[in-house]
Amino acid sequence: MKSGAKILIESLLHEGVDTIFGYPGGTVLPIYDELYDSPLRHILVRHEQAAVHAADGYARASGRVGVCLATSGPGACNLVTGIATAYMDSVPLVAITGQVPTTLLGNDAFQESDITGITLPITKHSYLVNKASELRSIVHEAFYIAGTGRMGPVLIDLPKDVQTDLVADTEPVPDKIVIRGYQPTVQGHPKQIERAVSMITAAERPVIYAGGGVIASGGSAELIRLAETQMIPVTTTLMALGAIPAHHPMNLGMLGMHGTQSANYAVTECDLLIAVGARFDDRVTGRLESFAPNAQIIHIDIDPAEIGKNKPVTLPIVGDVKQVLTEINLKLTENRVGGSWNDRLAVWKQQSIPSGGKDNGLLLPQFVVKTLSDILGDEGVIVTEVGQNQMWAAQYYAFSRPRQWITSGGLGTMGYGFPAAIGASMACPDKTVVDIAGDGSIQMNIQELATVVQFNIPVKIMILNNQYLGMVRQWQELFYDRRYSYTEMSAVDFVAIAKAYGVPGICVTDPADVKDAIQQSLDYDGPFLLDFRIEREENVMPMVPAGAAINEMILEDKR
Amino acid sequence: MKSHTISILVENRPGVLSRVAGLFTRRGFNIESLAVGTCEEPGMSRITAVVIADDEIIEQVKKQLNKLINVIKVIDITDTEHVAREIALIKVAAEPGASRAEVMQLADNFRARIIDVGTRSVILEMTGDTSKIDALVQLLCPYGIKELVRTGKIAMPRGSKTISPKK
Repeated sequence: MKSGAKILIESLLHEGVDTIFGYPGGTVLPIYDELYDSPLRHILVRHEQAAVHAADGYARASGRVGVCLATSGPGACNLVTGIATAYMDSVPLVAITGQVPTTLLGNDAFQESDITGITLPITKHSYLVNKASELRSIVHEAFYIAGTGRMGPVLIDLPKDVQTDLVADTEPVPDKIVIRGYQPTVQGHPKQIERAVSMITAAERPVIYAGGGVIASGGSAELIRLAETQMIPVTTTLMALGAIPAHHPMNLGMLGMHGTQSANYAVTECDLLIAVGARFDDRVTGRLESFAPNAQIIHIDIDPAEIGKNKPVTLPIVGDVKQVLTEINLKLTENRVGGSWNDRLAVWKQQSIPSGGKDNGLLLPQFVVKTLSDILGDEGVIVTEVGQNQMWAAQYYAFSRPRQWITSGGLGTMGYGFPAAIGASMACPDKTVVDIAGDGSIQMNIQELATVVQFNIPVKIMILNNQYLGMVRQWQELFYDRRYSYTEMSAVDFVAIAKAYGVPGICVTDPADVKDAIQQSLDYDGPFLLDFRIEREENVMPMVPAGAAINEMILEDKR
Repeated sequence: MKSHTISILVENRPGVLSRVAGLFTRRGFNIESLAVGTCEEPGMSRITAVVIADDEIIEQVKKQLNKLINVIKVIDITDTEHVAREIALIKVAAEPGASRAEVMQLADNFRARIIDVGTRSVILEMTGDTSKIDALVQLLCPYGIKELVRTGKIAMPRGSKTISPKK
């Protein structure tokens, strides 16, 4: 006989889980008791939201399913933002929550909340487990659902009595499972692939618009091959940075609201847009009618619901990005040489190399990120918070490989970066993980300094500190007549805070000290904090105002 | 915008109705009616939803429903030859005398059954397609409808064609 809690831990090990992120509480005591002498590594965070973000960072950095654990009621509710973050960015997660005993369910018991109900619209699937005997197959199903098809978060809500119930030991579940209502299409339709090949061959001005699906499917090499053999320029979304190296000659950079001129012009002018694992998000497309207005569109995606959701497409291909690209590459037997289209793009690309801010003796965030990129290069895993820090990191770090870049794209969750960096660091102990933060975002989960100290997790925190909620301030400057309503934040001595938690840090105010400070933080064996007091009103440029066409960009600060 | 009849085969699991209904709410789809019950397959239920929306929206509805793990099959049977029925229970004021006779006459004309007779009202059971029920309800309005319950539409393709998934 085995308890539900024991079966849960065994099932996690069976799925190959090595690390989970969690926070104990009343209704998960039986699980924690089993964890006490289990080989599973458990990272004790200081807030449940950090547990789910860390599991998310772990998943994005490793490509495996991330796991977090929280108690019922407030613990479970604190996971909500993180689950929504993972759902929006299709990150494979299994979130396990304790629940009050089945006998008390629905009675408004102490620390009871209907977490399966609350998370219904932000989970790929969820389970409220009624019997310990079902647990093994539920866990197996949950991992399968989270980590296949269009990936996403799955929640398992586990009442306390189910954790303590003793049941006859069930057989290990078979690896192959068939879920009747869940059979994702992996292979692209051969007819559609053939049509895609002839459209690509016939196109004069093709552009690839690559999204997060390229990273999720592991299709980066196939993407680069398609670009190289057919001389098709590639623009990536925020989620796909690293799918093609920053310095690759076919890479136009990011598109959309803070994209490059070359990418946005290319999409506007192209006659064939090949959307690969992307979802035509409003931050990418700007005004929809003006997005790729002269183009036929091929849309490759594993999720049929994304096809035609925002923009009608000429040719849909439902399937796994890597598989479909492989098929297309196989059928494209002749290589193409660049033509006038490539020449035009080369000119645009030359014009749109970001200046990196003006060199006027001020400490500029672009310079900080560029310096970090020059020093750390391929070795770094860059995690960000949300806002200006995120966009500067996206624009000025030269990403060279998939999973090197971890950011909350769809939901735009402030406070995501630091805990996600913890998860990424656990997943990639041989890499240097840096959280590029703002002074606003870092304060949303700053309590995790205690976690990195307790478990000696060598995350480097680099705060681009402008004492503003910078991105909101930027919008207020540009669209609200500089009325900085509640976006100014009082100065915080982050180095002193870090010190209090036991993390060393340096405050940098002079551009001349940037390089040394970064080097010092990277050389230090353990977590480190850098507080860069940057030029306060520096803006993220270029910028497409909300609702404008993506070729209607504001290129430079008027100031 | 037109009215679409969508048949959804779902696994009988806890929360499946919330998932389906929640999806309609979240994506801003309007449900005209929703009827749920068990069906020919053990452990399964069939939901018939009537949704008023443009064709593109219906396409999204179907795709989003299909993404739910407990949803086995979704089809729009609007343009398939099908039969559709709905049941209404109508409690209508019918004082003994002329008005009661008129109500009973109307019921007879519509082939509605009188299933309960009270001192001051009667309950009619009407089975038919939605428009026929609407017509009867409208005609009964002047007498005073005290209570009205409708099941929502259920539908099935004609002939040997089924909406069950291929085995």
